[in-house]
Amino acid sequence: MLKRTKGEAVFNVFNIILLSLVIVVTLYPLYYTFIASISEGSQVIRGNVVLWPVDMNLKAYAKIQTIDHFWHSYGNTLFYTFFGTLASLSIMSMGAYAISRKRLKGRRLVGMIVSFTMWFQAGMIPFYLNMDSLGLMNSRVGIIFGFACSAFYIIIMRTYFEGLPVELEESAKLDGLSNFRIFLQIMLPLAKPMLATITLYCAIDRWNGYFWAMILLKDINKIPLQVLLKKLIVENKMLASIDMGGAFDFTRETLVYAIVVIAILPMIAVYPFVQRFFVKGMTVGAVKG
Amino acid sequence: MLQTSAQKAEGSRPAVSVKRRGSFGKYLRNEYDLYLMLVPMLLFYLLFAYKPMTGLLIAFKDYSPFKGIWDSKWVGFQYFTEFFTGPYAWRVIRNTLTISLSTLVFGFPAPILLAVLLNELRARKFQKAVQTISYIPHFISTVVVCSMLTSFLSPTSGVVNAILQFFGREPVYFLSKPEMFVPIYLLMNIWKNTGYGSIVYIAALTSISEDLYEAARVDGAGRWKQFLHITLPGLLPTIVVMLLVQLGGILNVGYEAIILLYNPGVYETADVINSYVYRSGIVEGRYDYATAVGLFNSVVALVLVLIANKVSNRLTETGLW
Repeated sequence: MLKRTKGEAVFNVFNIILLSLVIVVTLYPLYYTFIASISEGSQVIRGNVVLWPVDMNLKAYAKIQTIDHFWHSYGNTLFYTFFGTLASLSIMSMGAYAISRKRLKGRRLVGMIVSFTMWFQAGMIPFYLNMDSLGLMNSRVGIIFGFACSAFYIIIMRTYFEGLPVELEESAKLDGLSNFRIFLQIMLPLAKPMLATITLYCAIDRWNGYFWAMILLKDINKIPLQVLLKKLIVENKMLASIDMGGAFDFTRETLVYAIVVIAILPMIAVYPFVQRFFVKGMTVGAVKG
Repeated sequence: MLQTSAQKAEGSRPAVSVKRRGSFGKYLRNEYDLYLMLVPMLLFYLLFAYKPMTGLLIAFKDYSPFKGIWDSKWVGFQYFTEFFTGPYAWRVIRNTLTISLSTLVFGFPAPILLAVLLNELRARKFQKAVQTISYIPHFISTVVVCSMLTSFLSPTSGVVNAILQFFGREPVYFLSKPEMFVPIYLLMNIWKNTGYGSIVYIAALTSISEDLYEAARVDGAGRWKQFLHITLPGLLPTIVVMLLVQLGGILNVGYEAIILLYNPGVYETADVINSYVYRSGIVEGRYDYATAVGLFNSVVALVLVLIANKVSNRLTETGLW
């Protein structure tokens, strides 16, 4: 069998320790956030919460209920994530399928129109003014459609459609199916693995996006969770205005942690089930060829 | 992103040829729905990608919202002169380069190292666990990560300062210290992106043939020799391509995180070109001036990307797209 030298044995141990450290460093901030959110605020401030919760309670979570618009913004995020992803997928998959058909005249031109945007974009201010001139300021429609396409995803989709067998399409044509029916009934089901990956990427982008929502949406009833979080925590404006009922209530400190827990909970909950798609997607883009 | 030259050649192959001119009508009748499927996507690119480009004109105009883009008065290169002779040009360009170059030096090797260490691991279950866990931070939003960071580093209630005080040190207000900004930003990015960034390298490592290692073992090569002569050369093309991608994007610093973390006290080291564009344009409403600064950034970035692609093509026969 394999003979192992002393140096290799030392390396193996060292490697396992190092990678265990990677796990600890990755998870500890998340773990700390969780235990701090269920601990007593005064203990958190004094630095007594390190490895486990101290004086466990759910006061911070109860306090979240008193934040104006919190659940409303949560609902908005779900809305933008769902409809935004739906818009992205329908627009991109139809377009990508069309340019994946070799017989389509002008497909190279369309491909260039799409991929040029990977190299050069109008930039922040012209895009902002353009949204204004289209009347899409402060508009849910603007958020959903204004960010629907990404050249990178379209190219991945096109490449995938190009790789599907042509024979299927030819026989469907002989049966008299229209291009759109072939796309809908034959090609989309075949492209499920790729669609799953792109769906996840789009949904994550939507769930996490804040910059343009922050700039474009003025109406507090329309803002998604990330923008509210930014206002709450980073600007630290609203937290100060939440009535804490008494000068010595330290729940304010743990409230931030509770909000973070609630904000990332859906992600963490679905992550174990969908993570294989993320990895697949990352390699789909790299090893096409 | 990565595209082989074979694929590029494929793109230039002629579409199914139409034999007679008269049959073009028939072609359209057969394929019109394929064109209809293109319409939403083309509309998107027209409205949200190409129409905004006309707005770049205001970089050379005294933009008045009432007159609009076309009727505003031309001012030539006034804003570019203003930017380059003003006090901020040097600061934002320097900060942009400092932040991206230090990300390159410290952030770039991290995922490679992680992938190599994972590859050397013999325990498959543990390997899988490290991989799965290390990807998690990538999917947590910038706002949430910055919120956590701000809380951890808080001088009054943060855990970091609690630890410092435990060891008898004075609390430090990390986010108000200009010299701390870049290290904090780097650590945050390394935490967020190392695991996810390692995926590309792990993919490259798994594509190295097991036969090569087998042959090396027969020749009596140890783990270190195998790493040096098989693993590393196998990784090199991927490393080169990823390096060029990073170099090409050197001007696109993640300003979304920066504008969440910085404050006027640390602009000296934290303000990058894009955050400056955001502040002078969106916050202060100097649309024309900010567009000019942004345009300068985009043009230089474009040139860098084109150079990176050219170099990549030459070195590895693999274009960046």
